[in-house]
Amino acid sequence: MTQADVIIVGGGLMGTASAFFLRQRGLSVILLERDLVGSHASGTNFGNVRRQGRFLPQLPLANRSRAIWGDLPGIIGEDSEFLPSGHLRIAFREEDEARLVAHAAAAREWGLDLDLITGNALRDRFPYLSPSARMASHSPLDGHANPRLAAPAFARAARRAGAVLHEGAAVLGIVKSAEDFVVETAIGAFRAPLLQISAGAWGGRIAAAFGEPVPITPAAPQMGVTEPMPYRIAPVMGIATTVKEEGVYLRQVKRGNIVFGGGARSEASLDTRRARLDPLNTLAQLPHLARLLPPIRALSIIRTWSGVEGYMADDIPVMGPSGKVTGLFYAFGFCGHGFQLGPGVGATMAELIATGHAGIPIEPFHISRFAQGPPG
Amino acid sequence: MTGLLHRVAEADRPPIRLSVDGREITALAGDTLLTALLVAGARLRDSEFGDGTRAGFCLMGACQDCWVWTEAGARLRACSTPAEPGMRILTGAAPWP
Amino acid sequence: MAVTGDGVIVVGAGPAGIRAAERLVAAGIRPTVVEESARDGGQIYRRQPEGFRRPPEALYGADSAKARALHEAAQALHPRVDWRPGTLVWAIRDGTLLVNRAGQHEALPFRHLILATGATDRIMPLPGWTLPGVTSLGGAQIALKAQGCVIGREPVFLGTGPLLYLVAWQYLKAGVAVRGVLDTSAFAKRVLAAPWLAARPGLLARGLAYTAALRRAGVRIATNITPLEVEGEDRVAALRWRDAAGVEHRAACDGIGMGYGLRPETQLADLAGCAFAFDGGARLWLPVTDGDGRSSVPCVYLAGDGAQIRGADAAELAGRLAACAALRDSGRAVDELEMATLRRRLAGMTRFRRGLERAFPYPAHLAADLPDETLVCRCEAITAGALRQAGGEYGAAEVNRAKAFSRTGMGRCQGRMCGPAAAEVLAAARGIPMAQAGRLRGAAPVKPLPLATEAAP
Repeated sequence: MTQADVIIVGGGLMGTASAFFLRQRGLSVILLERDLVGSHASGTNFGNVRRQGRFLPQLPLANRSRAIWGDLPGIIGEDSEFLPSGHLRIAFREEDEARLVAHAAAAREWGLDLDLITGNALRDRFPYLSPSARMASHSPLDGHANPRLAAPAFARAARRAGAVLHEGAAVLGIVKSAEDFVVETAIGAFRAPLLQISAGAWGGRIAAAFGEPVPITPAAPQMGVTEPMPYRIAPVMGIATTVKEEGVYLRQVKRGNIVFGGGARSEASLDTRRARLDPLNTLAQLPHLARLLPPIRALSIIRTWSGVEGYMADDIPVMGPSGKVTGLFYAFGFCGHGFQLGPGVGATMAELIATGHAGIPIEPFHISRFAQGPPG
Repeated sequence: MTGLLHRVAEADRPPIRLSVDGREITALAGDTLLTALLVAGARLRDSEFGDGTRAGFCLMGACQDCWVWTEAGARLRACSTPAEPGMRILTGAAPWP
Repeated sequence: MAVTGDGVIVVGAGPAGIRAAERLVAAGIRPTVVEESARDGGQIYRRQPEGFRRPPEALYGADSAKARALHEAAQALHPRVDWRPGTLVWAIRDGTLLVNRAGQHEALPFRHLILATGATDRIMPLPGWTLPGVTSLGGAQIALKAQGCVIGREPVFLGTGPLLYLVAWQYLKAGVAVRGVLDTSAFAKRVLAAPWLAARPGLLARGLAYTAALRRAGVRIATNITPLEVEGEDRVAALRWRDAAGVEHRAACDGIGMGYGLRPETQLADLAGCAFAFDGGARLWLPVTDGDGRSSVPCVYLAGDGAQIRGADAAELAGRLAACAALRDSGRAVDELEMATLRRRLAGMTRFRRGLERAFPYPAHLAADLPDETLVCRCEAITAGALRQAGGEYGAAEVNRAKAFSRTGMGRCQGRMCGPAAAEVLAAARGIPMAQAGRLRGAAPVKPLPLATEAAP
C-alpha cells in the first residue's frame, strides 16, 4: 500500500499512538519512520507519567492521556510497565515551597488534585526522603512507565489494527499536489490527503519546509540508572527548583533499578542523530540525587544514556493543524515532557484529523504562535 | 556446611576475624573478601530477580556478581576487596529502606 | 584542562601495558599508567597478595621466567611512571579519561592513549550456570594462583580452548581430583588446525603435555560434547552432558570452571570512538587496528588481548609495538628494524591464534538449542526465551534493540558476560549471520560507578 487517508511522518510515541487511534476511527494510515520505532527521545526519556508541574493549559491533554495510561492493557493489549505509583515534587527552599503551594491551588482548577505534605507527615509517609526536604507536592495518580516499550507497543497495536508501518523510511521530500501530499522516502513514494508531522526534534525542519519555521533546538537530556535494589521507593520524585543543575529526578522500577535524569543537558545533532551523554553531567547529578534520596548514596550507577530531544523556545510543544497548509497537522517539539502526553496526543490528533475537532482545548500549542505578524 | 572454596596452599598466614550475617568467621590475612566468605560458606548474595543465590563468577572484577553489603550500608565488590579484620558483611537482606 | 606530564596514558598494567610503558620510558617519557587492580601483572601473570610465599615456579609453571621478568620490569617502572593502581577508568570524554580511585573522581587528559585492557572468559550459558560453585575458567585459575584456593575438591572443567586443559592440569597438580575435562570442540578440529598451530611448536607441545598428564592421572577427557545442565539446589551438585555419540552423562562434582576462549575488554575503545569490524575467525566484533596497534581514532592505540586475543607473549610484543607507533606518531625517531622485528614475531602468533580458533571454535551452535528458560544475562536474569521474543515477536534485528526490549546486557556487567552469547542466540533465532546481530554498544560507566563518588574540588 502506498496510499492512505493519513500519512504520519515519525514513529515515536506521538506518531505510533496517533496511528493506533486513527485506525480506531477507521482511517487508513501509513506511518513512515526513518530509523526504528521509538528509538530517539520516545525510547530514551526518563519515563515520567507526570501531570503536576506542567504548563496548566496542558492539563486537559495530560488528564486525557492519564486515563489512557491507566487502561493500556485494555486498549493496546500491554501495559508498558505503567505504574501509578504517585509522583512527588520536593522543595528544599522556602521560595520553592511557595511555588508548590501556588501550583497546587491553580492545578485544582484544571482537575488535578495535589496533596501538600510537610513536617512529620512527610517523614512518616516517605521515610527515605531527605530530612532537609521542606515540602512534597504529591500527585497520587501519576507514576511512570518504560519508555523503551511504550512506542513499540503502540506500533504493534497499530499494526494489528491495520496501520502500515515502515521503518528505515527516511523522508527525502514532501510535495503537496491539488489533493494529496506525496511523500518521497528512501523506500519509495507514499500519498495521502492528510499528513501528520510527529518527527520530534526533526519536526522543525519539515515545518520550515512548509513555510512555518519554529524556534526548536535539539538537546540531549542526561539519563542514568543504578544497580537494582529491593523495590521500596514507590513514587517518582524530583526536586522542585528553578536552579537548572539541581533539577534532578528519579524513579525506582519494580525490578529494582533507580532511573534518574535532570540537571544540565548536553548537545544533540539532527545530522548525526546522536545525543551526547557527558559523563561530567552525570557526576554533577550525583550530589543532588543524594540530597533528594540519601540512601541512593550507597549504590552504584551502572549505565548512562541520552537521546535526541527537541526543545521549543517557549517550552510548549507544537500540536494541531498547520496555519498555512490544508490537511497538514503537527505534533512535535515536546520539550522533554512528552512521554506522559503521548497516548493523549495520539487520541487527540486522531480525533482532530478524523472529525475536525480536538475534543479538548489545544489552541495554546498551535504553530501559528510563531507566525510573524504583518510588518509594522 | 562446607564452603565453596578450599585452601590448598598459603594456609600459614595470620588468621583474621570477620562477621558474616552476624556469624563470626575466620579468614586469613591476604584473602579477598570473596575468598573469606566462600571458604566459610556457599553464598555471597541473592539475585534481585528471585532466581536464587549467587557466589560470584569471574573473580576478576568483570562480571559484577559478587557485590555484598556491609552492615553499615556500604557496597563492596568481594572479589577485588581485601578482607579486613572486623568487617561486618551481609549476604542477605540489604540495609536499604 | 592542561595535559600534565608527557600526556601519554597507558590503561592496564598487564603484559601489554607494562611493555608499552617500558618502551615509552626508554624513550624518555614519563607515562601515566592506570590499573584497576591493586597490583600490576594482569590476569595471566597475576600476582599473589603481599605475604604469600609460593615462588613464581609454583604459580606460573612453564611461564614462570616470563612472569618474573614482567614483574621485575613493572617494579622497575614504578618510580619512572605516574603509577595509579586501584584506579578505574569509567568514561572517556574529549581526550580526557575520567577515573575513580576509592571514591575520588579525577580527570586525566591525554595526548596519546594506549589501551591495554585485557580480556575475560568468553561464555556460553547453560541451564544452572549461575549456581554457586560455577566460576569462569579464569576465575578458577585466579582462585588458585592469587588465593591458594580451589573451586572444588572434585571439580569439572567445561568449555574449550587451551585454558581448559591448562587449568585442569594446574588443579591436578594442586592435588585436586578433577572429575572431568569436557570440551565442546571435536578432536578432529585440532588435527585440521595443525598447520596454523605449528607456528608455535613449543606451545603446541605444551598443550599436548597437559592433556597427556591429565590422561595419565585418569582424568576423563571428552571432546565434541554438548553441555546440558548444571544441577544443584543452592550450589553445584553435578553437570549433565551428552557425548559425541549422543549418550547422556552425569558428572557429580562440587565445582565447575567454564570458559570458551577469551573475549577482549573493548568498552574503553568503544567510548574512545574506535571503529569496530566483525572478525569471522573469532566470531566477534573487534576494534580495528593497523598492524602496529593504531586504532581508527588518531592517538588512540590498542594492544594486547584487549584488542584481539593472541595471548600474553603477543601482548608483550603488541604493547611495545603500540608504544613505538605512538612515539613515531608524536615525531620521535623509532628504529624501523625494531618495529619490523616486532611485527614479524607477532605475525607468527597471529597465525597460531587463527589455528586455535579453528581447533577450539566458540560453540556458537549451542545457542540455537539453549532451552528458553536458560538465563543468558546473569545480571538481570534474562532468559534465552525473552531474548528470542525480543528478536521474534518484537522484531529486534540486532542486539542493542533486543537489549532495549528484553534488558539483556543492561545489568551491572554491561554485557561483558552475556554479550557474545546473546548475539548468537539472537542470530540463531532470527536466522541471520552473527555479524548482523551486531555488538552491544559501550556506555559509561564501563564498570559500576559508586554514586558516592566525590567530584574533584
